[in-house]
Amino acid sequence: MKLASFATAAILGAVYATTAQAATLDDVRAKGKMNCIINTGLPGFAAPDDKGRWTGFDVDFCRAVAAATLGNANKAGFVTATGKTRFTKLRSGEGEVLSRNTTWTFSRDNDLQLTFIGTSYYDGQGFMIPKKLGVKSAKGLGGASVCIQTGTTTELNLADFFKSNGMKYNPVPIETNAEARENYLAGRCDVYTTDASGLAATKAAFDKPGDHLVLPEIISKEPLGPAVRQGDDQWADIVRWTLFAMITAEELGITSKNVKDIAAKGSKNPEINRLLGREPLQGREALGLSKDWAVFVISQVGNYGEVFERNLGPKTALGIARGVNALWGNGGLMYSPPFR
Amino acid sequence: MTSPADTADAATGLSAIWRDERLRGIAIQIGVILAFFACAFWLIGNVVANFTSLNKSFGFSFLWELPAGYDINQTLIPYNNADTHLRAAVVGLINTGLVAAIGIVLATLFGFVLGVLRLSNNWLASRLAYWYIEFTRNVPILLHILLWHGIIINTLPHPRQALALGDSAFLSNRGFYVPRPVFGDAFWVTVLAFAAAIAGVILLRRWAKQRQAETGRQTPVGWISLAIIAGLPLAAFAVTGAPLSFEIPKFQGFNFQGGLYLLPELVALTFALSIYTSAFIAEIVRGGISAVHKGQREASESLGLRPGKIMSLVILPQALRVIVPPLTSQYLNLTKNSSLAIAIGYMDLVATLGGITLNQTGREMESMILVMLIYLILSLMIAAFMNWYNQRIKFVER
Repeated sequence: MKLASFATAAILGAVYATTAQAATLDDVRAKGKMNCIINTGLPGFAAPDDKGRWTGFDVDFCRAVAAATLGNANKAGFVTATGKTRFTKLRSGEGEVLSRNTTWTFSRDNDLQLTFIGTSYYDGQGFMIPKKLGVKSAKGLGGASVCIQTGTTTELNLADFFKSNGMKYNPVPIETNAEARENYLAGRCDVYTTDASGLAATKAAFDKPGDHLVLPEIISKEPLGPAVRQGDDQWADIVRWTLFAMITAEELGITSKNVKDIAAKGSKNPEINRLLGREPLQGREALGLSKDWAVFVISQVGNYGEVFERNLGPKTALGIARGVNALWGNGGLMYSPPFR
Repeated sequence: MTSPADTADAATGLSAIWRDERLRGIAIQIGVILAFFACAFWLIGNVVANFTSLNKSFGFSFLWELPAGYDINQTLIPYNNADTHLRAAVVGLINTGLVAAIGIVLATLFGFVLGVLRLSNNWLASRLAYWYIEFTRNVPILLHILLWHGIIINTLPHPRQALALGDSAFLSNRGFYVPRPVFGDAFWVTVLAFAAAIAGVILLRRWAKQRQAETGRQTPVGWISLAIIAGLPLAAFAVTGAPLSFEIPKFQGFNFQGGLYLLPELVALTFALSIYTSAFIAEIVRGGISAVHKGQREASESLGLRPGKIMSLVILPQALRVIVPPLTSQYLNLTKNSSLAIAIGYMDLVATLGGITLNQTGREMESMILVMLIYLILSLMIAAFMNWYNQRIKFVER
């Protein structure tokens, strides 16, 4: 009797402790820190620089969300995760945003209870192979040993690709990009397969990148985007519109250099004024954002194009062209709904 | 002024319980049990609450409803990526069993040899064994595994330049390739002959033992057994027209095709586990042998037995009684340590069910519960077998 009542109290206590969670935005503001789940190390997307500071495309997006919500891009905190641990880490609350080159799929969106807030990078799965093997097409990979990161969509795509082409392969399962690099360079596998951007990033960090070739075939669609926990629509909207603000800023020619000027002087374009808080933007307060939120994002992190060029663009070691990731007006897929 | 008698009279029920040793013991036990159940209830309640707030269900149907979708590079039973997660888990379990079985056999062999060497009168042999044991058992097992894997993939050549052993076996950093035996139709006769040979040897041993007990005359059982076990199947093999051929591995395209091959991950893991565990077993064996009173050896020597006979007939049977219980826990350790396979990408139970399946389906709780349960059952099975063996060799009091 006593035991039963005690147990009931314990269960009720536990239920209370978990359901009494505040909204994510309030949590972030109370802590003064926005934690983000990123890759353990993938040049161009998330990698520490020589001063130990995290840099990269995914990392910059985290900083943008921190700037939008806390007014300071440096208040973003980083938690690393492998392909396997990332969803568990997001759901157990180790971070508020998952920004770890993660492919948006039906099952992840629905079965894993995530909310993908959009696509920040359109990618596809490719193959990298040493030039000396003389293979020119992915169709010639029958019988090869393939290094593959476990717990990814690429693992499933790979199985589908070889099956549909009637070829056999030997999978060599790998946990992290660093391990893949070691096994690939040691010749444990002939081919390394992952998202084309990841191949470019890995190849750029080789001693002799010229000895390796990324095959022309892209065997899958990999829309990479940030995700949040399902159930907090306000937080999902904040993260979503942070991405849209960065895309819109590029479209309207607002950069980290001129944003303060434009915000101070105003512009003839009402959408710019609405974005930068000079004219009312209905719904902004309901979302819990300050008037200057977009100014913080653009001045401290930059617009979409700036972030792309800084981390992945032709002037970096990765040298990835904008391609499908250009603005819709330039023939790409980057398109933001209007700020109205 | 109060006398001790007054205090005792003033004692209330509670402090009376506290001073009674027996009641105090019961009270403490009840307290501990209550605390344990409170913790358990709190943990379970928390899981239930979190599952509800995440809108997650709990169930194992994903195991047989969803196709696994991923490939596994070492499958001892037929498997492809359209099979269920359950089958993938079974493939992983078999891979775990393979490593554990080979590892236990090798570790026991190495361990007994090392343990005996360690007690050897030969100064060099005992010192070498000593340093080997101290070095291996004081380095973490994960480092052993990474070291052996690193050595294999970085020092052995690419399959294209594979080291050939003869014309049919090859060493490379993709694995060790050996010819695959292809059994002909009549091969069953050879297998039958082998079984008959084993049965014959058992009967022979029984007869030889009886003969020695009755007449004191010894029979060279070892040589005769060897002749029977090797000769009978070979004769059957020859008579049926050698119904066995070999498929030789051939380099073609990217890799060797055909033949049997051992993955470098399997080799590295088995080797690392057995080397590491053998150091512990060696110490157990040494302890067991030292525990046998030296009078036993002296008595055997005075009877005129040779050193080899002394070891196998007098010392080891007594030492085994001391050796087997701690040996069991080493076998359990080896089996559980095999889950470190994940560090080098060997597809064992943890990598399949506890890794890829967990990740692709998002069923952390169910997968982890299953993995833990399976390891528990494996360990209990090994322990049960070793306990049975221990009962058998136990000192029989007459």
